[in-house]
Amino acid sequence: MSLDHPCVVTIDHSSRPRVLFSGTRLVEVDLPVGTRVMYPKPPLEGLPDPRAAVRYALNHPMGMEPLYAMLKPGMKVTIAIDDLSMPLPPMRRPDTRQMVIEAVLKHLDDYAVEDIHLIIATAFHRPMTSDEIRHIVGDKVHRRFWPDRLYNHDAEKPGGLKYLGTTEDGIEVEINRRAAESDLVIYVNLTFVTMNGGYKSLGTGLVGYRTLRGHHNPSTIRKTESYMEPERSHLAHKMVKVGKLIEEQVNVFHIETTVNNRMFGKPLDILARNEDDLSDAEWSGLQGLVRTLKWLPQNARQAIFERVPAPYEMIAVAAGACEPVHNYILEACEKQLLVPIEGQADIGIFPIPYISPYNVGAFLNPILVSVMTEGYLHNLHKGSPIVKKGGTMIIFHPCTDKFDQDQHQAYAEFFHKLLPQTRDAMELHKRFERDFAKHPGYVQQYRTGKAYHPVHPFYMWYWGENGRAHRGRVIVVGADNEYVPGILGYETAKSLDEALRMARESAPEDPSITCFRICPVLMADVQADPAPPALTVEAE
Amino acid sequence: MATTAYATKTAAATEGPWSSAAYFDVDGTLVDTNLLGPTAWFLLNQARPQESLIRFGRALLGGPAMALAELRDRRLFNELLYANYKGISWDRMEVVGRDVFEDIVEPRIFRGAQELIDQCHKADQRVVLVTGSLDHVIQHLAEYLGADAYITNRLEFKDGIATGKLLRPVVAGPEKAGIIVEDARIHDHDLAKCHGYSDSYSDVPMLSVVGHPNCIKPDSKLRQLARAYAWPVLDIDRAPSGGPR
Repeated sequence: MSLDHPCVVTIDHSSRPRVLFSGTRLVEVDLPVGTRVMYPKPPLEGLPDPRAAVRYALNHPMGMEPLYAMLKPGMKVTIAIDDLSMPLPPMRRPDTRQMVIEAVLKHLDDYAVEDIHLIIATAFHRPMTSDEIRHIVGDKVHRRFWPDRLYNHDAEKPGGLKYLGTTEDGIEVEINRRAAESDLVIYVNLTFVTMNGGYKSLGTGLVGYRTLRGHHNPSTIRKTESYMEPERSHLAHKMVKVGKLIEEQVNVFHIETTVNNRMFGKPLDILARNEDDLSDAEWSGLQGLVRTLKWLPQNARQAIFERVPAPYEMIAVAAGACEPVHNYILEACEKQLLVPIEGQADIGIFPIPYISPYNVGAFLNPILVSVMTEGYLHNLHKGSPIVKKGGTMIIFHPCTDKFDQDQHQAYAEFFHKLLPQTRDAMELHKRFERDFAKHPGYVQQYRTGKAYHPVHPFYMWYWGENGRAHRGRVIVVGADNEYVPGILGYETAKSLDEALRMARESAPEDPSITCFRICPVLMADVQADPAPPALTVEAE
Repeated sequence: MATTAYATKTAAATEGPWSSAAYFDVDGTLVDTNLLGPTAWFLLNQARPQESLIRFGRALLGGPAMALAELRDRRLFNELLYANYKGISWDRMEVVGRDVFEDIVEPRIFRGAQELIDQCHKADQRVVLVTGSLDHVIQHLAEYLGADAYITNRLEFKDGIATGKLLRPVVAGPEKAGIIVEDARIHDHDLAKCHGYSDSYSDVPMLSVVGHPNCIKPDSKLRQLARAYAWPVLDIDRAPSGGPR
């Protein structure tokens, strides 16, 4: 641990303003002197020949036989594929999944395996469109398999799931019938942050409500100390049990990949850098972008960021048994993402960008703002959270009351009808989840439209449960209304100065302030200050 | 089959307990039909060809008046339309009703209609079809889809012959809302928990009295309203996005 890590900058009198995301806008803010700003690490170099690396991984797997040794003519193979929720935004072609799938299919073809299905492991996420699937699997694979043998998982399809058993802690495990009845399942994964991948892939991506409700619930989340550290995650422990139960009955070959954090190509790559390191021309360009985005309409702003795929590059690939493969990929992922800091902050400043895993092609609605705040940004850490227990999170986002009508209609009802009644996750779970889970119209929208499953907004709210329990206050800067933050339990401020003034009222004297300058993604490796010695009163 | 107030219970009816009810419009909502197709079929399939021609010809002559009525008042349209049935025997209505179901309605049921109704049952909902069509046809559709009950327009018969009048209440427009409220009261459903489904702006009253309105392949005016009030818009004629096609 060191205070002088190049990605942690302390603001002084000569520092430039910082440029932070606020939805699809950028805002220029003057941070107080002494504020620590955490930047993402520069992107690691991509593998020089990722296709060769994939071939090597398939032929030199960890803890299993090579893929070719498991194949025989006439066998039934299912390739399960991570969906569009990772990476963010979608990556430039070829996607790492395409490279892996093409290599796998070459093996299958060589061994005359013909009964092949490719299933996008969407769980309760929205179904991917044909074009989106083409983007991640490539034209050739799409042309050959879509739509009869390349399709989204449907967690509500009558008879579409097969019950495999119940874990020792009572989770009923049922997975996609085609996968369950295959001789071999090959899971093609893209791990973007350290809570992705491993047993979670199959234990979430190809299951149904009976299984999901066993681990996606407030009680599990409340017992989860850290999402990003599997060993400290009660959620991950449950996933492991589900995954192991599946793998007792289904032969699974895991292929995991991870990418660097090169989210922006030129000229937007200046967004990833320390403002003080930009040349005068680059700084002027960044200020120009801030001004341009201020005046552009929402759709145009969204398009600027979404239409240009990210130039992510594969930095690691491994294949074979779940645990060694996942551990190898986690190490690579952490190498890219972890930025060490010493000590937690009393006040954290968090820009909320335009994108989350659950709104590709849609507006970041208020529920997703809360997921980003208390679900993701609070949890993007190893060790301790960035903000101390009871501290204040200052976020930047307009918090517009807007929900995508195709993707997030159940979210709108959850937000407007349920949250005003209670924000208590357990109460929401007990009183309302069952009715939403069976809502025939919403289920139909999930199955035939572009919608997330109606239970998904509940899961999103649960996701923020440990963040809500940890933080003291959330103050929104830049909200275009008062009632949305109010429903979420947030306060509002007109400016960062006002937000800091408010935060200082409930903070210790001379509070420590940290700005988590996300986009691209990073994770804080926080070494908390040692606890002060307990007060003792000497006996007279 | 038993009749409770307006609703006729089907042989397939589940006994409950129900968590709530799901009220479905039929034409354009569950089936790609409207009131005119089945009527034409009824009129053209009388016992004697001359009678068929005369009835159909008369209906055609009444076309402009019906078009005007449709613009002004859905109930008036229904009354003009069903006046064409005057003089048809109850037996004939039953026989042709089955033919209409088999030849016109059944082939046009939206591919996802059955799954949607099954999903309602999975949610412990009592499924009720509420439609301006006639019971002679809808009874077969209700049984086919496994609905629990149906509320339809009913012709008045005297000595087994249709008088050309509709029994009250006429199931159309705002009247549907009142019928649903009454049905929910009789069956002890909490309307706030009930679901409604329609394709047509004329059914806004019916959709407005239930807590969970849904639009299926809505017309443009209803689609606009659905957007404004965040009512789910469904396309049940589309194949599921998941699973092999």
